[in-house]
Amino acid sequence: MKEIIPAEQARTRIARRIAREFMERDETLIINLGVGIPTMVANYIQGDSIFIQAENGMMGVGPKADGDSADRRLINAGREPVTETPGCSYFDSAASFGMIRGGHVDATVIGAFEVDEAGSIANWIIPNGRQLGVGGAMDLVSGARQVIVAMRHNGRDGRPKLVRSCSLPVTGFHEADLVVTELGVFRFIDGVMTLTEIAPETDPARLADLTDAAFVTSTGIRTMDT
Amino acid sequence: MPRKSKVVTMDQAVAAIRSGDRIMVGSFGNSGYPESLVEAMTASGLKDLTIISNDLGSPGIGLGKFLTNGQVRALIGNYYNWNPEVAQAYNAGQIDVTLVPQGSFAEAIRAAGVGIAAFYTPTAAGTELGKGKETREFNGRSYVLEQAIHADVALVKASKADELGNLVYYKTARNFNPLMAMAATLTIAEVDEVVPVGRLDPECVVTPHLFVNMIINRGAQ
Repeated sequence: MKEIIPAEQARTRIARRIAREFMERDETLIINLGVGIPTMVANYIQGDSIFIQAENGMMGVGPKADGDSADRRLINAGREPVTETPGCSYFDSAASFGMIRGGHVDATVIGAFEVDEAGSIANWIIPNGRQLGVGGAMDLVSGARQVIVAMRHNGRDGRPKLVRSCSLPVTGFHEADLVVTELGVFRFIDGVMTLTEIAPETDPARLADLTDAAFVTSTGIRTMDT
Repeated sequence: MPRKSKVVTMDQAVAAIRSGDRIMVGSFGNSGYPESLVEAMTASGLKDLTIISNDLGSPGIGLGKFLTNGQVRALIGNYYNWNPEVAQAYNAGQIDVTLVPQGSFAEAIRAAGVGIAAFYTPTAAGTELGKGKETREFNGRSYVLEQAIHADVALVKASKADELGNLVYYKTARNFNPLMAMAATLTIAEVDEVVPVGRLDPECVVTPHLFVNMIINRGAQ
């Protein structure tokens, strides 16, 4: 299947759109970023009121460290060396997940294999015998106050990732609040998957063809920033 | 009675561990694990171990050495995708693997250390990892009962100890170490430096000395 938008451009667009979501809130926010596109969100956040929490025990994660500044004892949850920001702190894993489970983390940005019409998320395992791990995924989707899914609209084989009902093992039920793909922004409004922004390369009818889930198109739909 | 030093040799530490033991090891993705202890354990003949840790390093690296070396009977943890040998050994029926979501895993270790038998958490409710666990509703939300996770031995990594065994840590190398130090019958702490009693700022001590039984001083090696 020919991609509508090249991969790197798609990933950047998704990350920038989610960063804007945080910047527009104009308040102090504590956010947790998963691996992949979610980590890229940090590249587009400006100002000093958004703090990144890493579940391996750090509050106030700075940019990735490279070369001489890399310290393998100072890493994010994706095992990448990172830097400190002024006012950062360290704590053990129970305190870290206490922050998450206790509702003290404003938002988590995660990748997903599937999100369904009910807002259920499958992102922890593809049962193919090669994976064996859940990490903090289940704690994050059930604990963070807002769950934002950052993912490509379709899989590499063209298979829709927004589905009627998850076919893969579910990470958390009814947890998704916002899904951002390169083709659109979907909000769960009163439990209904609602398209609120759409990429200029497509239109709601064509987007529905690329999507398995039934969604409602917002009357106030806008064009997504590219 | 004069105080007996907790600083031991590596041979003394390894001699305190038995084949078949349940062993907790601090680590997160090859950060903050007791490298010398793991090295000495893999050179020992210990086998049938249950390793309780966040992950199992990478193949042949860090905690991965236990499996590459054939010393593992069971794993209890949460993320083994960094070490594909774990799924291979599990699929081949060579080891048992129990996955507990990372936050529940951390809390279950903390619970064991502080005398709590089990706790209810919303994490994993209704999912495959919640199957077989008691589920109960509180205020309209489903919670699963997670039981405390104990161990015979905890191998922890700290930055500094004083001669009593008070511990301080270094950045994200802290991870599960302070929790595991509380949750085992025997806790062995590997540290980069041992300082005289009174040298650590009492406000900065993370693990008070009562949790630590033995100290391996890497700085002295």
